[in-house]
This record gives sequence, structure tokens and C-alpha cells, in this order.
Amino acid sequence: MSLFAKFDTTKALLNEVAQFGRNPFGMCFDKVTSPTHGVLDGQDIVLFGTNNYLGLTFDPDCLAAGEEVMRTMGSGTTGSRIANGTYSGHTALEHQIAEFFGKDAAMVFSTGYQANLGLISTIAGREDHLLIDADSHASIYDACRLGPAEVIRFRHNNPEDLARRLARLEGRPGDRIVVTEGVFSMLGDSAPLAEIVEVKKKYGAYLVLDEAHSLGIMGAHGRGLGEQAGVEHDVDFVVGTFSKSLGAVGGFAASSVPGFDILRVVCRPYMFTASLPPASIATVSAALKRLATDPSLGQRVQASGRRLHTRLAAEGFDVGPQPNPVVATRMPDPATAALFWNRLLDKGYYVNLALPPATPAGVALLRASLCAAHTPAQVDGLVAAMTDVAKSLGNHLPPPLRIPAE
Amino acid sequence: MTSPLGPQIVSILAKQLPNGPEVSLTTNIARDTGLDSVAIMDFVMDVEDEFDISIPLERTTDVETIADLCAVVETIMDEKS
Repeated sequence: MSLFAKFDTTKALLNEVAQFGRNPFGMCFDKVTSPTHGVLDGQDIVLFGTNNYLGLTFDPDCLAAGEEVMRTMGSGTTGSRIANGTYSGHTALEHQIAEFFGKDAAMVFSTGYQANLGLISTIAGREDHLLIDADSHASIYDACRLGPAEVIRFRHNNPEDLARRLARLEGRPGDRIVVTEGVFSMLGDSAPLAEIVEVKKKYGAYLVLDEAHSLGIMGAHGRGLGEQAGVEHDVDFVVGTFSKSLGAVGGFAASSVPGFDILRVVCRPYMFTASLPPASIATVSAALKRLATDPSLGQRVQASGRRLHTRLAAEGFDVGPQPNPVVATRMPDPATAALFWNRLLDKGYYVNLALPPATPAGVALLRASLCAAHTPAQVDGLVAAMTDVAKSLGNHLPPPLRIPAE
Repeated sequence: MTSPLGPQIVSILAKQLPNGPEVSLTTNIARDTGLDSVAIMDFVMDVEDEFDISIPLERTTDVETIADLCAVVETIMDEKS
């Protein structure tokens, strides 16, 4: 039997999806020309699937900062922070992040995935208990598998269920660590953070909040859901990524919990991987300055999210529960979703195809992420394209996707 | 293998599979039901609610059949009492 026979089921699903045209998990753009445009097989495509929320990938200040540092500091660090040394830019960025979030300290990781992997797997020890939202990102689940702590899921966005599970732990030794997210990446909904904070305080738990999809977007100063909900001081650990709103690559964790700095010598996903290249550090630092001084970026992407959510709902599409910068549209089944996704690309619009088990409750989704650089006309163009595709598929789309009348 | 909890757990899974195969203690949860990994975790949450327990994720890694799951639930309920 082939070594890879164990993946035959996955391969069959992939083949099934690919029969509608393109491989949605192997997209290769000829080039990306702006935060909202790319070229695919020679065709100009409007990008609605990049998580480039603030559109800073081509920001002149960020690019200039990166170019300058790449020339003066080199293309890479060629090693890890603990073995090969920290560059001054790493430390400066950590101070900048800590100050931005009003925390005592911050650590920079090489990706957002590694930030969750490292923080969560390390702070939760053998006798401790991790309580994670059932719809948590794969990086949180993988962190749970890497660490020694007991892992309990609570029902998605359900503070009462979290409270029940914390109550069941009464009398057991060890710390309780609750993990949730600012915006959930698939459906685009937010955690009921104020209520979760009440529960975690009642049971003396720590709270880890992943602001990957909310940094730069939520809160008056772009600090995420913690700021928007007015509970930042009760968030013990903020985790996030540089690869979305900040337009680069990398991740971070920030905290005021005393002793946080020990993670630098006990957190394996931090210790045993190459540190971020100086140019990435420089562009992130410039992007963070930009978002800290220009709240209009977050306001624009929020407005675009509301516009897309409202207009898709008005056309009869079954959209996610909240109008955030991630707008998910439910499809009746994976095959229809794949066909719909291909037709949208034919019309020049790129969104993400999200299929089970990467999605909650086994749903197939078309997932759009908004960008501050999107124009209202581009958003309306996506709505019109989706409506046209829905009409063209006619009876292939059973409820709950309601086809607008001709 | 028999389990006093078996009928309750079989019933919970059967509810998730209205048009699916007949469920019994020997049903292999992943192989025989067509449920994906997320759906299986949701089924486990329904079992948790039924018995007012939490089943840590690491306790389910060796669970293949309903009977295996019954054994885990029984152990956790014993620990609780």
C-alpha cells in the first residue's frame, strides 16, 4: 500500500472539487498588483480573499522602511533569537507592540500560527486546563495537541457553557486558561467578550484573546475586540498576526502577567525557528505606526464589510451572523460551492472557498475578506457577480440560498 | 462489550444521522457514520451535555467505537463521583 494511501479520502474530495475547474487550494496568481488586484492566467481579478484588511501591502511608507532596512541589515537573520542573536529591530518592535496594547511586554514570533502554538502550548502545564472555543482556529487546536494540559472545548461563543465547564473543574488543581478569538475566521462572527470576561473573572481563569482578524479594525484605536468591548485590562494575553492587517508576516503575544519574559527560554516554537527578517520587522513597525495614527483605515474596512453583508443579505444570500470584515456566504453543499467559486473567478472576483472540516457545523462557505482599499463600486461588483452566478445556477441551489427573481 | 450508558449514547448519535446507517455499540464513529472530525467533536459535546461532564480532547484520541466512548464517559463519571 502506498505511503500516502491514508490520504485517499482527502484526495478524492480534492479531485471532486477540482472537476469544476481550478484547484481552490493551489491558486497561483501571475502577479498581485495592488491590495485589491491580481492577475490570474492573464485575467485581471478583484481580490476579496486576501485578509489584507487595511491594504498596507503596498503602502509607500511601509515599502520604504522595508527597502531601507533590507539594504542596511541584509535579507535574513539566518537563525533563531536564542542561538543567533536578536536584532535591534526585533526588540524595538516588541516595545512598540507592548505600548500599543498597553501591556508590560510583548514577544514577536515568526508567524501568527507559531504565536498561538508557542504561547498556548507553553503557558498551560501538565495540571492546567485549557478551555477553548469549539470553533477555534487550527493553530489553537494544534497548540493544544503540542502541550501537556487537559483540553476542554466549550460551545462556540457560549459564555454559559464555558461557565458550566469551569464549574465542573471545581476542586481540581491547576490553572484555568480560556482561549477565544476577536473575529472567527470562517463565519466572521465575534466573541461575546464582555460576558466571557465576567465568567473568567468569576472562576479565576486567565484569558487568551486571538486578535488575528480584529487588529486594526475593531476599537477606536484599532486594538481589536478587547478595546471595542472595553475589557482590554482583563485580557491576560493578546495574540495576533502581522500577516493580515499589518501586511507582512509574523506574529506576536503581549501580556502584563508577571514573569511573561521567561517564555523566551521555554517556548519551543519561539526558540527553535528562524526569527523574522529585518525587512519584515521594519514594514510591520511602519504599518503599526500607520494604523495607530489613521483610524480611517479601520473605519473604511468596517464600512465595506457592512456594505457587502447588507447587500448580499438583501439579495437573499445566507450570510454570516455579523457584518464584520469577513463576510461568509453559506452554500448548500461543497460541490455547489466549488462551482460557484469557479464562476465568480470567471467573472473576475476572487473569494475563498472554505469546506468542511475547516468550517463549523459542516457548512460549505464562500468567504470574502474586505480591504480598506476596496471601493464601494468593487463591493457592489462582487454582489452583482454573486447574484448573476446564483441566477445562472438556477435550481442547482436549494434553500437556504434563495435565488433572486429574474 | 455492554455498557449501561450505551443506549443513551447510541441515541444521541442516531439523532445526528437521521438518514444514516443504524448505530450500535460497535459502530466506528469516524469510519461508519460519514461524519467529519468537527461533526464528531460536536457529537461528543452533545454527550457531555447529556451526562453533565467535560470530556477532555486527549481522552478521545483512542476512541474508535461507541463502546470506546462509553468506557471513557464511565471513567469520567466514576472520577466525578
